[in-house]
Formats: sequence, C-alpha cells, structure tokens
Amino acid sequence: MKIAVCVKHVPEGSARMDPGSLRLDRSGEGALNRFDANAVEEALRIKGDGDAEVVVVSMGPERAADSLRKALAMGADRAVLVCDAAVAGSDLVATSRVLAKALEREGADLVLFGQQAGDSDGAMLWSAVAERLRLPVISQAAELTVESAALRVKRQTEFGYDLVEAPLPAVVAVSDAINEPRYPSLKGIMGAKKKPQEVLSLADLGVAADEAGDAGSRTEVLALAAPPARGGSQKIEGDGNAAQAIVDFLAEKRLI
Amino acid sequence: MSVLVFLEHHGDELQKGSLGVLAKAASLGQGDVSAVLAGGGVTALAAEAGSYGAATVYVADDASFEPPLPQPRVDVLAKVIRDGGFDTVLFANSVLAADIASGLAARLDAGLNWDLADIAVESDALVGKRPALQDTVFVDVGWRSTPRLAIFRAGSFDATPTGGGAPKVETVTVDLEPYSAAAKVVGQEHEEASGPSVEDADIVVAGGRGLGAPESFALAENLARALGGAVGATRAVVDAGWYPYSAQIGQTGKMVSPKLYVALGISGAIQHKVGMQNSSVIVAINKDANAPIFEFSDLGVVGDVHEIVPKLTELVNQRKGA
Repeated sequence: MKIAVCVKHVPEGSARMDPGSLRLDRSGEGALNRFDANAVEEALRIKGDGDAEVVVVSMGPERAADSLRKALAMGADRAVLVCDAAVAGSDLVATSRVLAKALEREGADLVLFGQQAGDSDGAMLWSAVAERLRLPVISQAAELTVESAALRVKRQTEFGYDLVEAPLPAVVAVSDAINEPRYPSLKGIMGAKKKPQEVLSLADLGVAADEAGDAGSRTEVLALAAPPARGGSQKIEGDGNAAQAIVDFLAEKRLI
Repeated sequence: MSVLVFLEHHGDELQKGSLGVLAKAASLGQGDVSAVLAGGGVTALAAEAGSYGAATVYVADDASFEPPLPQPRVDVLAKVIRDGGFDTVLFANSVLAADIASGLAARLDAGLNWDLADIAVESDALVGKRPALQDTVFVDVGWRSTPRLAIFRAGSFDATPTGGGAPKVETVTVDLEPYSAAAKVVGQEHEEASGPSVEDADIVVAGGRGLGAPESFALAENLARALGGAVGATRAVVDAGWYPYSAQIGQTGKMVSPKLYVALGISGAIQHKVGMQNSSVIVAINKDANAPIFEFSDLGVVGDVHEIVPKLTELVNQRKGA
C-alpha cells in the first residue's frame, strides 16, 4: 500500500502580504504547516509496522525541502517536491492541477491532506485535487480506519458526525483532532537526510508553464487595504453593579 | 450577469447562511438570480427561496442526494451551470459547501475566491472583499474567467426576505460520475440541538476556560436561554472535553457573526477571535484586566463570571417577564 501525504511549507510567525507582488510574503523562515503534521502522523499510524510506503508531496520554493525533511524525520519514507519558478502565485485551480499531476505519478492508494493551510487559511484543496484525480474525497476526518480495499471515516460536520465509507484509492483530509503528531527523534532527524528526496519541475510533470502559477490561475488579488478599526469600546470594573450595567448597555443597543 | 446560489439544507430547513447569500445576490441588481438545491424530498423547500430573491430554483430531488456529501452535488451544479450558462456561482461557507465549491472549481477550471465577507459590482466587474491573514488585511479579489465561484464566510449577510413571489421550479436529473457516487454515508451521530444552532443564532453566549469547570457551562446555558441565544465554546474547553465540538467557535470551529456575542471567561486568543470578531456587539466578562478580548469588545467587564452572570441572567429574565 502506498500513502501520499500533501504538505505545505508555510511562513513562520504572522504571515503578511507583500504590497508589491500582492502575494503572501514567503521571504522569511518557514516550517511544515502544523495541520499537515496531523496528516503525516495519520499516515505513519496507518503504516504502523507494516510495509506501506509513505510519500510526502509538496509544491513550493526550494526551502520547502526543510518541511519535507521534517516529515521524513517523523518517519515518512520518501519526499517529492515540485519546485519551479513558474508555480509561484498559483491559485486553487492551478495548485490542484500541479499537485494532481505529481500524485498521478505516484498512484497512491490513499492521499492525505491536513485540515487547512496555516498561512492562507485555505481548507479545500483536497476536493479540487480529488476531482482532478477522479477519486472519492472525504474531509474533516476525526477518525480514519483503513481496511484492505476500503476506508471508513468519522467525518465531523456542523451537525455532528457522519460515518462515511469509500473504496480505495481515495483522498482524505484529516482534522487536527485526529491525533497528536509525534516529534521527530534524533535518529529520525539523522536518518531523514539519507531518504530519497526528489525535486521535480513542471516539465517533469508534463504541465505547461502557462497552466501553473499566476498564468494558470483564474483568480487575482486586485488591492490590499487596512481593516476597518472597531469603534469605541468601554471597560468597566465588575463591582456589584456590573450585571445592571450590562443590562442597561444591552437595552440601549436594543438587544434585549 | 447570471447568478446561481447553492442552497444548503439540513433536515427540512434551508440554511440561513445560504438564504443570506441569495438575498445579497438579489440585491446586486444584476438580473434574475437562480438557486440550486439537491437532496432527498427537498422539492417542497424550493418555494421558500422565492421570498429571498430566487426567480428560479433548480432542484435535484433524489434519494441519492440525501447523504450530505459533496461530490454528487458537484455533478448537479456542473450540469446546471453548463446548461443554464451561469457566470457566477455563490456559496455560504460550510463543511459541505467548501468541498462542493472546490471540486467544482477543478471540474470547470473556474476561479474560486473563498472566505469573502462581501461582494460588490465595481466598474461593471465583480469584486470580492476578503479579510485575510487573521483579518489583518482586507483584500479585493477578482476573477479572470467565468464561471466565477465564491464562498462567503458565515454570517456575512442577513437572511432578509426580499418579498419575491413563488419561484419557478426546474427539475434536474443527472448521471453521477462513478467516483462521485463512491463514498457512502453508513451512519450518523447527530446531537439533538437544544435551541438555535450557534451559526444561525442572533445571540451567542460563549464560554472559555475562565469558567473554571465543565459544570460552570450552566452559567452560559442559562444566560443563553434568557437571551434567546445559542451557546458557543472556545477550542480550549472543547479540547478539554467540557463542551461538544459542534459549539466550537474559532479558526478550527464555526465562524459566527451574531448581533450580540457574550464572551464569558474567554481570553480572546487569535484562534477564537477569528471566529467571532464580526459580531455586531461584543460583551466580554473576564477577571483578567489584560485579556486581549477587551481590545475588541464593545463592553468589557473586569470581574468574576460566577458572580456577575447569575445576576445578569436573573435581570434579563425579569426584564423579559415584565
């Protein structure tokens, strides 16, 4: 069995937009998106002591290799990085196209995603990738069980849990409540360097440069602005009259 | 512009969020607005969409659409969009809607802007308004091709009836892609909600770790009942098992924007702030005078929730009884 885990290298600390390029500023230090660590952990848990292969796949700048190495240090077997100047600025349509090509090449039985990107807050790429791979997709997995040729997911929605089954191959996005990602051991960190790490260009994947990046995107950022400030606020001490003060405030705002 | 709005339903109720998006679409004044609805036994729900501005409702009514799964709905929407020539397709965010919109974007190679708080027509072009990066920056986003897809964050628009009449109902039949029909719902564990769901409620009373103990959530529940609102919770107390996830508000929970948000013992960490800062009025009670929540509260009360909240609940009940 082969499990592919899609991971993202995200800026550390507070992300900011670059006012020049209107893109996310990726010039600083980065790290493995913490939500993706749950997906890596889940792949390793499914593998257990078995002979499944866990491949981590990313699209990003050269530095994204650091995040892939972290996943290898956790225990993944192999890494694939799609790194090409022409992928910068990819939106959902373009990113899903490139990632799906890289995943097609792997032919994994199970493709895992984390719950969201910690930088852009995007939380839906799995569905676009599954569509391009023509595979079933189940997101918001709070529990995942893989049997021989099928999987069962406890999916968390606004209304509770749905138990969903699908045949393999399939795409699953796990929630960050599904597990507690392990920390890489020293041995894992040392061993990661020796594991296969492949870097692919768009040409390697057979994707034309104008199908990726800004040129392959269908959305655009037009302008940036500062958020509106919140209006006047008042702060009071919670003495014996606090409850009455709150009621008066709510009545004045016509909320009660 | 020809606009299609995805209507989400749960049980036999159309979700307020999608009706809000429908009302917004109608208010853009760009011609007739249509809506699409997919489920089992949902045809009767179509009529209500008329009063929120839908001139036509496309209905895929079949048992195969009963489970709340995205991929069969991608097939429905793709067909309706192609056959009807829609150039703009709008969604209210939800677990289901996000997966549908993303799959549809790949199917149609269509641009998808998500997490929008508003939309406007500027110089004949559609512009999405997106508060991004924990709402530290407001971004204007656009589309380079049609169809344009957009998802709005919860509570962006009030579901205000526009006074439209009965809509035309068009029946949709579609052959599902094999992979769209592959996933099956084999069981459900839904909590019976007591009171309004936290996303639809006009008033939310939320509790955090400052309540001190799981039993203290009764304070939030009693106040919510008195105010006619729903109960929310922070991630910290959900993770600690004090309150169910379905009530979690924040980056990894629900996004809410009620008319009144009462925060009890909540510090106001960014993870929580993101989910509630669009509330019209925020009242916070916290004994830590330096809690970040006070920076974005309309009324901040520095004090002990255990003393203030029972009294507040009593005063609200008295007022309502009067």
